[in-house]
Amino acid sequence: MMSAIALLLACQLAGEGLTRLFGWPVPGPVLGLVFLFVLLTLRDRLQPHAAPVEASPLGAACGFLLANLSLMFVPAGVGILQEWATLQRDGMAMIVALVVSTALALIVTGFVFQKLAARFAPERDA
Amino acid sequence: MKPISELWVYLAAEPLLWLTTTLIAYVIADRISAFFNRAPLANPVLIAVAIVLVLLKLTGTAYPVYFTGAQFVHFLLGPATVALALPLYTHRKIVMRALIPIAGALLAGAITAMVSAVGIAKLLGVSGASLIALAPKSVTAAIAMGIARELGGDPSLTATLVIATGIIGAVLLTPLMKMVGVSDPRAIGFAAGTASHGIGTARAFQLGSLEGAFAGIALGLSGLLTAVLVPLLVRMLSF
Repeated sequence: MMSAIALLLACQLAGEGLTRLFGWPVPGPVLGLVFLFVLLTLRDRLQPHAAPVEASPLGAACGFLLANLSLMFVPAGVGILQEWATLQRDGMAMIVALVVSTALALIVTGFVFQKLAARFAPERDA
Repeated sequence: MKPISELWVYLAAEPLLWLTTTLIAYVIADRISAFFNRAPLANPVLIAVAIVLVLLKLTGTAYPVYFTGAQFVHFLLGPATVALALPLYTHRKIVMRALIPIAGALLAGAITAMVSAVGIAKLLGVSGASLIALAPKSVTAAIAMGIARELGGDPSLTATLVIATGIIGAVLLTPLMKMVGVSDPRAIGFAAGTASHGIGTARAFQLGSLEGAFAGIALGLSGLLTAVLVPLLVRMLSF
């Protein structure tokens, strides 16, 4: 389990390091995600008969983190509601814009995806 | 026995108290969410934040003091983002087959999220820096704050709008998808990640691992696309 956590942090560290070094506009952890994905694909090539990664300690660590993703937004969430006062000036207009725009983005994304998927990537043989 | 005020002085100065409080608030919120069968309004982020806010208010604790404890939880966002590689890997064949819907929905969704937010706010009389802060509201906080800073918006206002958008999207996701007849789990997950970043992704993982995987892809890709498009949009509208 400890080696799995070390691997996750090492991927993040590599991502943070490279994005800062080269001034890329990508957050370090997102690049770390790419690194871990590449490592998993390499493992597939080098050890084709290894047990599935989902059953490994790495799988357990990732599953644990992702199952509790909501927890990690609590500190930031508390922070924003404390700052809600800064929204007061344009309060109502901002809230309307947030709610309507988020609803529109959800509908458009979901609808376009489903339409294109029905045509190019049907679910039944997915 | 020492007076209780002395105990409070110790607890208020240590990260232990607010770290523990954050975890307990989350456990309670998660139980409530499970009790209501993961109903949209019983959003664990929303409930846990409400519990913590009440406690901070009651004890007169300032946010920076709270954050000395909560930072350990906040830190986990990094490794959790890296961990998104696993569901992406597990579902890689399904993902590779869906590249066309991914590209189309990404473009349509990211543009809708930016343009509609800025457009509606402008119609309602919002102007200047607030409009810039609003444009990247649907993408993950790290990217959104970077965009706002570069364009002369207010990064902390942007962070506020980002988190609010995440909670709004997580709550609206399933009712809206049902309303417009979107039932494909890939589409539902992708919409969650595009419109409401990590908090939407957390909601998608409640629905299933396939939804979560597509939300994770959308979270990454829409962040990158928005970083490219917002400066263009701002120049076009030239506030």
